[in-house]
Amino acid sequence: MSDVKESKSKGGKVIVCDGNEAAAWGACLSRPDMVAVYPITPQSSLVEYLAKFIAEGKMDAELMDVEGEHTVLSVLHGACLAGARTYSATSAQGLAFMFEPYFRTPGLRLPMVVSLVTRDAVSPTCVWGGQQDAMTVKEVGWIHMYCETQQEILDTIPIAYKVAEHPDVMLPVNVNHDGNYLSYGVARVELPEQELVDSFLGEKQVNWHACLDPERPMAVDPLTGGAGGAGPATFVRYRKGLCSGMQSALTVIEEAHADWGRRTGRFWSPLIEEYRMDDAEVALVTIGSMTGAAKDAVDEARLDGRKVGIVKIKTFRPFPIHRIAKALSRVKAVGVVDRAVNFGWNSGPVFQEVLAALYHLPVRIPAMSFIGGLAGADITVEHFARVVDRVNRLAAGEASSLPVWLNEND
Amino acid sequence: MHEVRLHGRGGQGAVLASAILAAALVEEGQHVMAIPAFGFERRGAPVVAFLRMSDQVIRRITNIYSPDIVVVIDPTVARAVDVFAGMPANGTYILATNRQPGELELPSHLGRVAVCDATHIAMDIFKRQITNTIMLGAFAKATGLVSVAALETALEETDFRDAGLRQNIEAVRRGYAETTVVNLGKEKAA
Repeated sequence: MSDVKESKSKGGKVIVCDGNEAAAWGACLSRPDMVAVYPITPQSSLVEYLAKFIAEGKMDAELMDVEGEHTVLSVLHGACLAGARTYSATSAQGLAFMFEPYFRTPGLRLPMVVSLVTRDAVSPTCVWGGQQDAMTVKEVGWIHMYCETQQEILDTIPIAYKVAEHPDVMLPVNVNHDGNYLSYGVARVELPEQELVDSFLGEKQVNWHACLDPERPMAVDPLTGGAGGAGPATFVRYRKGLCSGMQSALTVIEEAHADWGRRTGRFWSPLIEEYRMDDAEVALVTIGSMTGAAKDAVDEARLDGRKVGIVKIKTFRPFPIHRIAKALSRVKAVGVVDRAVNFGWNSGPVFQEVLAALYHLPVRIPAMSFIGGLAGADITVEHFARVVDRVNRLAAGEASSLPVWLNEND
Repeated sequence: MHEVRLHGRGGQGAVLASAILAAALVEEGQHVMAIPAFGFERRGAPVVAFLRMSDQVIRRITNIYSPDIVVVIDPTVARAVDVFAGMPANGTYILATNRQPGELELPSHLGRVAVCDATHIAMDIFKRQITNTIMLGAFAKATGLVSVAALETALEETDFRDAGLRQNIEAVRRGYAETTVVNLGKEKAA
């Protein structure tokens, strides 16, 4: 939480909770009208908290406990089209089962918020953290934000609604937090006052453009495309609109984070966080809860006189291409640490994204892929120390190799 | 920074104990990060939970490999796992047992040992071998890092599935009162 300058509690209450409870509080404070859920490890306790909040009257939302994730998202589509603010959460195989309506959501421009409690994907069977699930759906058109701490999870959910429902965006948002380490990790969390979140979100502006209303019947999701008549141009218009909403989100995400920061005192980096990058000669790129250990490792390396910095990605979709290119433009080498695998490229998925961003620079900066933390494996400060060593050798001219599997010998 | 590792068996509440301890430490103004080691949780199988505490913000969200404090809430689990693994010199070892410190086989570099007959107390209070909150009382006595008052405040915020708040407050108090602490090392332990 190093980017949180003066974390003064502004009237909020301090609780001690895990990341799943923090997410449930973030949802509760955002006042969704409808929540639909199906439990899956490591998300289950999150939806249990939601059910509890609703049962205790803390949260005034309709809860639909349905028979599977395909139905979770389908009923929320209906609710969202009827003008409701909606929330759900899922993970791994649950997300896989949700995929058909998941694919449909951004095209319908539905401003939903769904937490992904990230987990490695089967097979082989595992139920533990990793980002393979979220990374697998990165091209579908949802906005993806990754949280580093329990507090950031809570804070990012109201921010996500503000972004999703913005007229220039109108896209669904996944707020992602790492399964196990964040979902079950317990820390001190400040709970903002309901009034603060209410005034931050303002009047509900949900789905003003396409509303299921018996008084004003209208068709949504028309059959379009094909190769004749108005079809191709219409389809392109939909696709371009979606891309344009994504690009607008870059600004809206920054504004929403700044607004939240002014109200709470917690200024989270909206797109990327640069840690000790001012004079850095080599950089690590991180995402999610691994970043804290990376910061500790960088501080230790700095004590040895090695100028290392970190670029942490918070917003992964839309990808902040130019911010990342600029942040890395002065270093001699980059090491990207992924918690997922890009099978087709024999590297991590974030690594490939960073390479594409680096292409925007006039110089060629050597980069290497490191993969760790799969299926619940730990990425420790010592692992990051090894990454720092290897990236320093890369900067000194040693050839890169693809990729380094950090937990291979654990 | 202190690094604590709790050992127990599935169903005894080691993970819940780490969360209650985290809440009590925050009550005392500390920063905490408590993480349960995970597996397929099964009643009776060895379970581990980790807790870091510091007066500074804790950034690393990782497991613990060199705990300076080890708490064992089940008298038999030390036969199944190496509870001393990774402990640095002068660490503190807090064990639920009906034996006295002198009767235990301990590593030579240990700084402090504390014993509490938590199973006996648990049978008195809960009529079952649920030792987790009793051992939080033992932790408070052995380390001085948290007060019984802060533990009681944390208990008040906890939803108990099995036993009431009043019983658990009694458990913490008896755990504190009935723990024997022996300093082994020359240097002051954690």
